[in-house]
Amino acid sequence: MSSPVIVASDLVKQYDEVTAVGGISFEVAPGESFGLLGPNGAGKSTTMRMIGAVSTRTSGRLEILGLDPDAYGPEIRSQLGVVPQSDNLDEELRVRENLIVYGRYFGLPAAHVRSKADDLLAFAQLEDKAKAKVTDLSGGMKRRLTIARGLMNDPRILLLDEPTTGLDPQARHILWDRLFRLKEEGTTLVLTSHYMDEAEQLCDRLVVVDKGVIMAEGTPASLIREYSTREVLELRFGADHNASMAERLKNVGDRVEALPDRVLIYTADGEAELAALTDADIRPLTSLVRRSSLEDVFLRLTGRSLIE
Amino acid sequence: MTTIRLPESEALKRAAVKPRRFGAWYVAEHRLRVMRSYVSTVLVGAVGTPLLYLFAMGVGLGALVSANLGPHAVDGVSYLQFVAPALLCSAAVTVASEELTYPIMLGFKWNPTFIGISSSPITPGQIIDGMVIAVTVRLVATSAIYWAFMLLFGAAPAGTAVLSVLIATLVGLAFGIPVMAYVATIQQDTGQIAMLMRFVLLPLTLFSGTFFPLTAMPIYLQWIGWLSPIWHGTQLARIVSYGAQVPAWLIVVHVLFLLVLIVPFWMLSRHIAKRRLSS
Amino acid sequence: MTGTGVETRQPASVRRRPIGSLYAGNARAVMYRGWRATKSTNWLVVVSGVFEPVFYLLSLGIGLGSFVGTVTAGDGRDISYAAFIAPALLATAAMNGAVYDSTWNVFFKIRFARLYEGMLATSLGPLDVAVGEISLALLRGGAYAVAFLIVMQAVGLNLSWWALLALPAVLLVALAFASFGMGITSYMKSFQQMDIINFIMLPMFLLSATFYPLSVYPPGVQVVIQALPLWQSVELVRSLTTGAVTVGILWHVLYLAVMATLGMILTTRRLRRLFLD
Repeated sequence: MSSPVIVASDLVKQYDEVTAVGGISFEVAPGESFGLLGPNGAGKSTTMRMIGAVSTRTSGRLEILGLDPDAYGPEIRSQLGVVPQSDNLDEELRVRENLIVYGRYFGLPAAHVRSKADDLLAFAQLEDKAKAKVTDLSGGMKRRLTIARGLMNDPRILLLDEPTTGLDPQARHILWDRLFRLKEEGTTLVLTSHYMDEAEQLCDRLVVVDKGVIMAEGTPASLIREYSTREVLELRFGADHNASMAERLKNVGDRVEALPDRVLIYTADGEAELAALTDADIRPLTSLVRRSSLEDVFLRLTGRSLIE
Repeated sequence: MTTIRLPESEALKRAAVKPRRFGAWYVAEHRLRVMRSYVSTVLVGAVGTPLLYLFAMGVGLGALVSANLGPHAVDGVSYLQFVAPALLCSAAVTVASEELTYPIMLGFKWNPTFIGISSSPITPGQIIDGMVIAVTVRLVATSAIYWAFMLLFGAAPAGTAVLSVLIATLVGLAFGIPVMAYVATIQQDTGQIAMLMRFVLLPLTLFSGTFFPLTAMPIYLQWIGWLSPIWHGTQLARIVSYGAQVPAWLIVVHVLFLLVLIVPFWMLSRHIAKRRLSS
Repeated sequence: MTGTGVETRQPASVRRRPIGSLYAGNARAVMYRGWRATKSTNWLVVVSGVFEPVFYLLSLGIGLGSFVGTVTAGDGRDISYAAFIAPALLATAAMNGAVYDSTWNVFFKIRFARLYEGMLATSLGPLDVAVGEISLALLRGGAYAVAFLIVMQAVGLNLSWWALLALPAVLLVALAFASFGMGITSYMKSFQQMDIINFIMLPMFLLSATFYPLSVYPPGVQVVIQALPLWQSVELVRSLTTGAVTVGILWHVLYLAVMATLGMILTTRRLRRLFLD
């Protein structure tokens, strides 16, 4: 019944000397919202291109909707919607024309394509921009138009590569809202991100990728439970003192991480740890107690920050 | 797992039947829509070019040639009739180079619409085919307008001159398609296209027996004409336009030369596009 | 930085002369930037512009000339066809070099790079920008002309010592087209509009008695052609390189001088309106 729409096992992509993807395996169920999370250069985009049937794999098995992309590229792509990392809308055409032209690529009749374009302009909140030049749109509008373009063929799977990178906070929230709707309507979403908050908002399940391999897999909550504590206590002692203080505090809480600008103490109860430190007369310049996030999971798994 | 979804896979395969068959035409449709955004430039060029060149080089320069050499001095016809087929072929080459240089660079790099298209069912090869179809449409249209002006100027005495529309289209493709193959390989723009226009297109236009028979050139400059699709095409166009005398074997060479520039370089362009878009 | 320097040095004159607000005497800074930018892009493309008239000369001068024979010069002498078209190509090269720099380059700077806004935010005035850009265009047009004059000399197409004066004449041609071209460009808003420049340049090149004498046209048309700036330029340069010089050529000089002045005024006004008002 709910057999997976994407099956990847031991998927490898090699460019000359460089291994972009070094043998990753995962499955995506229909209607699921699945995330590939990792820093720049982790191999996320390459994986997306292989799923999108525009990049041939070096080895391993890959099936999209039960078909091998090497043999059935056009068939697979006819069922996908793709939102690339950098917009490639046609700047020589107007907003609505971009949708119409793209819809035609799926062999859809002209009349259907026109009404579909109008529906999607409404969905993307771009009705009043139908005749505008693409170059006059803001970054957020362009991204919404690209998503609308990706939906012209009513895709079974929507691939989104870094959907909100480079957008301001307000534009991100508008975009998340649109994607949430798609998710509610049952569209399968596969997205990459290096933003933790984005992954937590949108993904039912995700894999953490680093240097072309999968470091961990699970729901956002289970990953945090497994690889982090409930809370984190962030302390700042000033750039010159963070490292030495981290050394002094190494037995506090479950685990201590020293970053250049702050010290992180992983613990179930941040306030209690902070009170204990105050009692011991350790006084940071600032302190903050927050819930653990995927950022902490990534730090734990790789020893590095996501955004560098 | 796969066995359960066999019927579904069959349905999927049917979904891509139309893009597989007509994909190139969808790309051409896209391209022609883009051309519509600069249609005024296209029209002014399509009407202005024949008017201007036939008048200046055919009538004006022709008056000088006739004054000095008599009315039928070049290849047995008036200078206007001699030069018109060449001007037609040169115009076709100009149109082809407009459509197959910057738009190709644009699609791969500056505004990478080709990358966008290739995430639809369309294949890289179909993108190239679509570009060729679209430029062919524009070539036929502009050449037909040119031919009409030739009639108006009395520059195309033979009824068969209408065939020169087809010949000019072939000449445009024979120049444009190899250029497209080259432009598709450009990763960094350092003015290669401007250099190509200046050191390839311009000399080919000037040294291809355009304004005078190729044999009037010193032998050390004649080879440019032999390598030039403009010369080969112009000679064919002169045959249909005023019945120029060309031996049969040379006609075969002219046709073959044009085809050799079109077909293999078309295949090469598809190959380059595939490598570049789906690596 | 330079702004305060200029003002403290000559505060009185700046206030008194109306031109003070337009001109800071530093057009060199604008030229220097243009020169660096040209060098850092593809200088080969710029240099290759020299070859264009040479190709025309080789093709039409040698090929067509071999059976056109001779043309009657202004003073009734018969001269070779190559000697007839060479000065026309020279004037056209100067025009093309000047127009390219003062139109397309300037268009990009006004509409896309927003370079002038930055420049005019310093002490530079619109006249500095205009003079700087036009000088740069002049330099390019002049360089093409010198190279082509040398080619003409080498193949024996300079028929008189008057040809030495062709150089300043060509610089005047370049100045007239550059200053006018920049003024016109300031009105242009899109690439499509920029195409208009090509639509004007090409007919002018083909029709201005470049490849055949004016006498080919009926008298009514002759008057129209004679009004074109390129015809004025071609006649001026042709008189000098063929040695058919009369006092009448001073009319061409006057025409081009007036065109240059009007162009300069137009450009300065437009730049002020675009960026300072």
